[in-house]
Amino acid sequence: MIRTMRALGAAAVLVASCLGGQAPASAKQLTLCWAAWDPANALVELSKDFTAKTGIDMKYEFVPWTSYADRFLNELNSKGKLCDLIIGDSQWIGGAAENGHYVKLNDFFKKEGITMDDFMPATVVGYSEWPKNTPNYWALPAMGDAIGWTYRKDWFGRPEIQAEFKKKYGRDLAPPETWDQLKEIAEFFQGREIDGKKVYGAYIYTERGSEGITMGVTNALYDWGFEYDNPKKPYEMQGFVNSPEAVKALEFYKSLYKCCTAPGMSNAYMSEGLDAFKSGQVAMQMNFFAFFPGLYKDPNVGGDKIGFFVNPKEKYHYTQLGGQGISVVSYSPNRDDALAYIKWFAQPDIQKKWWALGGYSCHKAVLNDPGFPKSAPFAADFLKSMDIVKDFWAEPAYAELLLDMQKRVHDYVVADKGTAQEALDLLVKDWQKVFKEEGKI
Amino acid sequence: MSTLAERAVARTPRRLASRLGGLSDRAIAWLFITPSVLLLLAINIFPLLWTIQLSFTNYRANRPNAPLRYIGLDNYRDILADADVWHAMQATAHFVLWSIGLEMLLGFGLALLINRRFRGHSFWTTMILLPMMLSPAVVGNFWTFLLQPQIGLFNSAVAFFTGADPSSFQMIGDVALAPWSIIMVDTWMWTPYVMLICLAGLRSIPDYIYEATEVDRASPWRQFWSITLPMVMPFLILAILFRAIENFKMFDMVNLLTSGGPGSTTEVASITLKREAFEKWRTGHSSALAIILFVTVFGAANIYVRALDRVKQR
Repeated sequence: MIRTMRALGAAAVLVASCLGGQAPASAKQLTLCWAAWDPANALVELSKDFTAKTGIDMKYEFVPWTSYADRFLNELNSKGKLCDLIIGDSQWIGGAAENGHYVKLNDFFKKEGITMDDFMPATVVGYSEWPKNTPNYWALPAMGDAIGWTYRKDWFGRPEIQAEFKKKYGRDLAPPETWDQLKEIAEFFQGREIDGKKVYGAYIYTERGSEGITMGVTNALYDWGFEYDNPKKPYEMQGFVNSPEAVKALEFYKSLYKCCTAPGMSNAYMSEGLDAFKSGQVAMQMNFFAFFPGLYKDPNVGGDKIGFFVNPKEKYHYTQLGGQGISVVSYSPNRDDALAYIKWFAQPDIQKKWWALGGYSCHKAVLNDPGFPKSAPFAADFLKSMDIVKDFWAEPAYAELLLDMQKRVHDYVVADKGTAQEALDLLVKDWQKVFKEEGKI
Repeated sequence: MSTLAERAVARTPRRLASRLGGLSDRAIAWLFITPSVLLLLAINIFPLLWTIQLSFTNYRANRPNAPLRYIGLDNYRDILADADVWHAMQATAHFVLWSIGLEMLLGFGLALLINRRFRGHSFWTTMILLPMMLSPAVVGNFWTFLLQPQIGLFNSAVAFFTGADPSSFQMIGDVALAPWSIIMVDTWMWTPYVMLICLAGLRSIPDYIYEATEVDRASPWRQFWSITLPMVMPFLILAILFRAIENFKMFDMVNLLTSGGPGSTTEVASITLKREAFEKWRTGHSSALAIILFVTVFGAANIYVRALDRVKQR
């Protein structure tokens, strides 16, 4: 009997080690966690060089954007060991730093001679620093990104469309520089028949569940003069979040949604925008720069048919920051190897290769290269955008702040509930409640 | 011929038999049920007690290092005074009541039809049962495509019959229509389940009762009201109980179809709970909300089971 039990035990251990056991100690492996999108494929390609140089295998955990935050914040909060390296969203930095999820990289940077002066200032503040504007680094800027726009260059270039537009608006049809121009162009294309197909003016973010409508509406809010708080008195939001300018911007975003988007776009984010543009449904599309290399290569709407422009301006000129930094997860048992990956990734040559493969480098060696603006049709607009980026709160309570904004904005813009003033007044109350609970006001 | 018990005794190893021989029946019974009881305590009762305890605290699962404070009934007070929670409860009630009403009506109707045993009724029964065999996540996903205004089959079908432009209305993006979209999809999916329960009820009615009423020259209408409906009633009530509990905690299908939108129009209680617990990470607060929902469902189910007993006793 005892012999049988021993045999069974040995078999169980063998099966367990085959099914769920870790790789043998001799075969080094790192798991990198990120979102499942085009740049992730580029990173897989790039990382082959790291494996070749160090012998460390790379494993990837890529999750769709809609469940990206849920999945990885759960992982970090439960102190999981799944990810050795994580490319976490810019807004996570405060919470990840304060809750001990990320390894602080200052000493490592100093030891390895990595300096943040080599990276674009906006990306260092956005992706690496917590508290903001202090030299406390929790990530290496990995993937620069911001909101930009694509348009159908082939439609804009048609003589009959040009002529009709000029007759109606008294100016040439060209990529818009202001929001009012963008709305005029969107209205012009809305419902128009092109090549026997009904097309629509613009695609904008309206998604309710995660962060979509906030990432969309802020592009207008910033330009009209919305501020998250009083620049002179942090966390004082009354009169800044719900300023008359912010109200106008929110009303404008709603009017754009009502007048000029395709039917059924009431809960749409990045992938729905790509689908709408690729299927030839819209004249202009709001989306992150990260998708532009893929769109440019698209056989149906890419190449000569696509053009790019920077987020329009109004009283001010800003755009919503996207992108992420790469961090070492503090619960990882492979910390040294993970740091070795960061060291490898920070090299200027690797950063140049990263850009060439379709990733958006934040390194000055890439972005300040005189040839960079002409290295891709969207490169110049990306550079301009990275100079005017603004980000959402990166506080530890960012998720609560984000969900409150999602609710208030979606209620007003899509569900026609109340006025813009009421929506922003309620948002101020929600945010005050969050910061009060946080002990910040 | 030996009995089953005798054969079991004969096959029990001697050493085990001698060990068990000294135990009473009660002790042996406890020996057998203890693992199940322990498992139940570990995965059901302990988490429930833990949740109750957390509901009186300010705990956040994403801030394990933050000091834990007991805040009494504050979480409960906040929830019961929160207009958004009441809105979610209203949305849930609207969804539960209408979906169950429609499912009962259609499910019972279909069961009456299928019970007639017409030619090919087995094939049609299988066809009708197909939707409930799908995963709610799959159903939510493909109905978002079906309800898409430009390419969706649903809008095209409505346009075909009414002559309206298919993209002139949107089911899941419209405040007025979105609640009905989730009701419609749930009804499509779960009517077969109700039908199945009702069919079991109909098949359990002995034929001689109908034969007796026919001798008494009772009309089909009279037979329905006096025999069919009362005898199927316990099954119907059971179906309502199952569907009510399921729909009260409905999450996956609604989340995939509307994400609670437009705005918060279809934000049912389970979506609010998920957002509080796993997006905002207000663990104490969401524990209190979970307890309130649990008590609501548990209380309603208890009242309901008593009603079911009364119907059965008639």
